[in-house]
Amino acid sequence: MAKRLTPKQQKERRTLVFSAVMGAGVVGSGLMAYLPMHLRWETLLRPPGALAEKDLLASCIKCGQCVQVCPVEAIVLSDGDGGFGIGVPYIDARKQACDFSCDTPQCVLACPTGALTHHLDKKEQVNMGKARLSRPDACLARQGQGFKGKARGADFKGLHRYEKIDRWNPIKIADHPYDLPLCDLCVRECPIKDAISMEPLSKDQAESDTRRTPVVHDKCVGCGMCEMICPVEKTAIVIDLNREGPKV
Amino acid sequence: MRGIVDSLRLLLGGAPRKQSREEFSDAAQELHAHKALPEQRKERIAKIREELAEPTLSFTHKSFKWRKWRWTSIIVINLMFVVSFYYDVQLVEGALTASRFVGFHMADLNSALQITLAHKQIVINLVIGTVTVGILWWLVGGRAFCSWACPYHLVSEWAEMMHIWMAGKGWIKDHPLDRRMRTVLYVIFILLALITGYTVFESISPVGILSRALIYGGGVALTWVGALLFIEVFLVRRFWCRYVCPIGMTYGFLGSVSPVIVEYTLPDCLHEGECRKVCLVPHVLEMTKKNRAEDTALTLGADCTRCGMCIEACPTGALNFKLRGTGGLL
Repeated sequence: MAKRLTPKQQKERRTLVFSAVMGAGVVGSGLMAYLPMHLRWETLLRPPGALAEKDLLASCIKCGQCVQVCPVEAIVLSDGDGGFGIGVPYIDARKQACDFSCDTPQCVLACPTGALTHHLDKKEQVNMGKARLSRPDACLARQGQGFKGKARGADFKGLHRYEKIDRWNPIKIADHPYDLPLCDLCVRECPIKDAISMEPLSKDQAESDTRRTPVVHDKCVGCGMCEMICPVEKTAIVIDLNREGPKV
Repeated sequence: MRGIVDSLRLLLGGAPRKQSREEFSDAAQELHAHKALPEQRKERIAKIREELAEPTLSFTHKSFKWRKWRWTSIIVINLMFVVSFYYDVQLVEGALTASRFVGFHMADLNSALQITLAHKQIVINLVIGTVTVGILWWLVGGRAFCSWACPYHLVSEWAEMMHIWMAGKGWIKDHPLDRRMRTVLYVIFILLALITGYTVFESISPVGILSRALIYGGGVALTWVGALLFIEVFLVRRFWCRYVCPIGMTYGFLGSVSPVIVEYTLPDCLHEGECRKVCLVPHVLEMTKKNRAEDTALTLGADCTRCGMCIEACPTGALNFKLRGTGGLL
């Protein structure tokens, strides 16, 4: 016959069961964060120097020092919907791209853990991804059209450093209107030399065909500047993410 | 040495050890016997009645002399992070998990531990950062981090006030948990980081979430903090800080050998139990119960957060902060 528990033992047992339930709840909540991370795995453009996705999430201490040093405030931290990746930095290029205003990637220098690799000292070594003309039919250059006005409208808050205007301070893109006979914004504002160029669309080089097409080369680091500046809604050029980490 | 072992065992969730009479010092034995005399007992009761009649002393806290500094400290430390970023003054860049204090690396011990286990690499900056932070909090008392710096501790204190108020009205009651749970969770989160390669704990750490929310702006992660506070108000008093937080436990290990400590003096104590009512970790105050102190002066264990609430609550000044020398360490 089973021994009857005293009231004190019953109370202790209840406490133990309740503790186990609450403890399991805490661990379960932690593990549930796997799902949101998994869902966003392929969607976030990581800052310059970011290690391969899994290593980045493991080594990032979620402090945001990279956010603080970025002169154009391109870097933001994942919210709770990032799951295990909560507090890990990413860049929403269409909203505010990294334009290397800081010259040497400051975020890389700021990172205390090397989650943004310290083996990188030139912007040309960055490998965040590669630009791709995702909607060629929408591209103005491919239609032979120019662009006049503010690249992303008057309300756009994005910043860009125009070296000819101010070497040290990025300004609002909305404060820098353009008047271009042929739209070449993605090539014009690209911070990396020879990463993207305008090529004739047809073999007919005569004036009769003014159409051009942006061509992305291997030197492209995927900073997203072209995606931010593209005046078409929605953008005609996007970044294909690199998830393998830096080449250096 | 036994002092430290007992204090660590208590931190890990063990029940307070009842000392046998032989372990009591002569002075303590004499004092306990003296306190048990019928006329002494009468005098003690009379004194307590006197206290209760005095309106200023009838509250649980007779003063907030430490709390005002403590709350100021929490707010100032967290505000320094916010102001540094907002005005770009580069005083403390980063968040509580890791930062640069005027250029010097600082890293939270538990966050650094988690990412080291997850990434399986030793990073020199983190070694520098954790040693700096470790020395700092060792000096001022280990879990002093909790009550003097942690932003979650502050909101949790407010939740606790609501809990106590409602419990006083009889609307709710506290459901205490088994304190060994924190040790189990500590090991689980270490294993999870090691096995999965993700910093699983960081995704539910209200300390990191709140610190980042203050500096970079809040988001959906704050609902988790809200859920924890809900539990603390209605179900389990100080659920996170008392039974879960591995950060607190990590700092607790430092606190076991820290020079700053709260000291209990037996002769001044009337054994009213006010200190245990306000304490976040009342098991460290076990010696304040009648006939439990094995010596006339004793220091509180590693789990003590040096918040000073017991000092404020004690009507007779039997508890005080003390700086112990290296001789008193063991």
